[in-house]
Amino acid sequence: MSNSERPNQLLRNLNAKVASIPMILTALVVFVGGTAWTVLYSFTNSKLLPRLNFVGLDQYYRLWATPRWLVSIENLLIYGVISLVFSLVIGFILAALLDQKIRFEDTFRTIFLYPFALSFIVTGLVWQWLLNPDFGVQRVVRDLGWTSFSFDPLYNSSIVIYGISIAALWQGTGLIMCLMLAGLRGIDEDIWKAARVDGIPMWKTYLFIVIPMMRPVFITTLVIIAAGIVKVYDLVVAQTSGGPGIASEVPAKYVYDYMFFAQNLGQGFAASTMMLLSVVIVIVPWAYLEFGGKKHG
Amino acid sequence: MRYKFLTAAFAATVALNFAGPAAATDLEVTHWWTSGGEAAAVAELAKAFDATGNHWVDGAIAGSGGTARPIMISRITGGDPMGATQFNHGRQAEELVQAGLMRDLTDIATKDKWTEIVRPKSLLDSCTIGGKIYCVPVNIHSWQWLWLSNEAFQKAGVPLPKDWNEFVAAAPALEKAGIIPLAVGGQPWQASGAFDVLLAAVGGTDAFLKVYQQKDAKFAAGPEIAKVFKAADDARKMAKNTNVQDWNQATNLVITGKAGGQIMGDWAQGEFQVAGKTAGKDYTCLPGLGLNEVIATGGDAFYFPLLKDEAKSKAQEVLAETLLDPKTQVAFNLKKGSLPVRGDVDLNTANDCMKKGLAILAKGAVIPWTDQLLSQDSQKQKEDLFSEFFAKPDMTLEEAQKRFADIIASAD
Repeated sequence: MSNSERPNQLLRNLNAKVASIPMILTALVVFVGGTAWTVLYSFTNSKLLPRLNFVGLDQYYRLWATPRWLVSIENLLIYGVISLVFSLVIGFILAALLDQKIRFEDTFRTIFLYPFALSFIVTGLVWQWLLNPDFGVQRVVRDLGWTSFSFDPLYNSSIVIYGISIAALWQGTGLIMCLMLAGLRGIDEDIWKAARVDGIPMWKTYLFIVIPMMRPVFITTLVIIAAGIVKVYDLVVAQTSGGPGIASEVPAKYVYDYMFFAQNLGQGFAASTMMLLSVVIVIVPWAYLEFGGKKHG
Repeated sequence: MRYKFLTAAFAATVALNFAGPAAATDLEVTHWWTSGGEAAAVAELAKAFDATGNHWVDGAIAGSGGTARPIMISRITGGDPMGATQFNHGRQAEELVQAGLMRDLTDIATKDKWTEIVRPKSLLDSCTIGGKIYCVPVNIHSWQWLWLSNEAFQKAGVPLPKDWNEFVAAAPALEKAGIIPLAVGGQPWQASGAFDVLLAAVGGTDAFLKVYQQKDAKFAAGPEIAKVFKAADDARKMAKNTNVQDWNQATNLVITGKAGGQIMGDWAQGEFQVAGKTAGKDYTCLPGLGLNEVIATGGDAFYFPLLKDEAKSKAQEVLAETLLDPKTQVAFNLKKGSLPVRGDVDLNTANDCMKKGLAILAKGAVIPWTDQLLSQDSQKQKEDLFSEFFAKPDMTLEEAQKRFADIIASAD
């Protein structure tokens, strides 16, 4: 430790600063550096190996003229809205129900959280079988006697993305429930007592008092869900590999396929830059409102 | 540059690990042969290589070429090269060679007179870049086959079709008997490959070359190709009830008589063999869909990344020679269902379908395959188009053909 008489700002907490150097370097080199490199090479015609041969915006023109990319974007939007809305709503309702001081709360919590212990690959495979018309739900219901019953979301182009969303919700809602439950437990008992004294019905208490108080928890949850949406890849690969046809393609899969399978790095980089751009467009205004305002105000 | 440095650094560590007298050299060989028939075939290669006193370390990567190639390529470019690796000869490894990451085999090729023994010539041409030979072709795989289940046609009460047109005509009867007329798995390359086969069979060899070799976009948008799209539309309707992904699952539908037929390369034959089926009795094969009997000279080849380790480099040479050895060629290709790359080997034990193939090959009715003609980028675009086309019954033929012509126009 430095025992200098005049406290030097740079040397304060030296241990902590030294310890964080690896992380700072990682952040700068891997995240910022890697991002800059990717964006730079997205303006080149790199094929299998990166080459600095600039072609302007050609890769982007091609990208936005590709039907598969457009389908991917559309799917991401549908999937995003569904997972955002449903995992928040279902997660919160489950948490609120568990919060009623019920018996066997631990057991229920474990059951609801359990799917989260599985990877997206396993989840995808399980749901691929469940939704397979020849083995899964459709078969079971037909064997029970309803022979005209039809339920094959994964084999129907127009609804396949919903079939994937079901699996994602099954896997992810448990975690959201736990976060919400933690938030609910953080609400002071006295608030509930006060609301009861005032004769406010329970649902109103939740909606107008508890939820606004849980704002930080909601923001954390939102970030976790949003990150999961943008990077969705393995679930799709395990469930449908983008099929039928290209009906369940997602942007991350486009990036991977074009970078490695089609040996066209430039095209893959252009697509990943677009993904980054979409995240930036969502995050920056929000971050500005969330953090920028407070600092100045 | 970065890659070269990494390669060197990695090779140095490997060299340290294996320094000292090593009698048997371990050589890791990566490939994507994982289905039953394929695994049996690759075991033959391993056996032959082990017999030379070296050791074959099997690096099988499941999930067919589409999954395996990115892994192989990133291992080579990332500085962790294997001893040898499978690719489809043609343009898949083109840039790796140009970047100087692959080993030049010209010396061994001249010594062993590959130019004289390998047939047809186009195989070795696909391995040659800038006058140097970079790969060892091990088999000829052609896509041009229609596999039919005799049992399915018996059940439906229709005679076995002799060509594609009869097959299309028999489809309603098959459907009535609860049989899927044509099995096409969900993997994108299957739909794309089936279209290419239709193009060569319905459109003819000239049309095939005009589209894929000369990349004539105007022709691709024209009436002759429209005919091919009409046939693809038939295929799409016949395949609409296939609920499987992998090609061997689709082949299995044919083996078990649940599907009438499948357009698939001759590697499907390995599956029939593993299932104990006999050509002619249990299943029938129609090369060129019975319309245009040609064999495409696609196939598999082994490429050897440039290694620093001397012992391993020696072992690479031994492997290259073993792969072309007449005995290995016969043992491997019989199990694999593919045709050998040399004309001087004895294939008496070949079954009916292979003999048909050999006869076509002897006649010289060969065409280059899309792996040799198109870049992976164009191939992928084509796959995206046809997997969408096969999965989407409401996609019009005009729209599909227009997009196809666009891909050909920008193809390289």
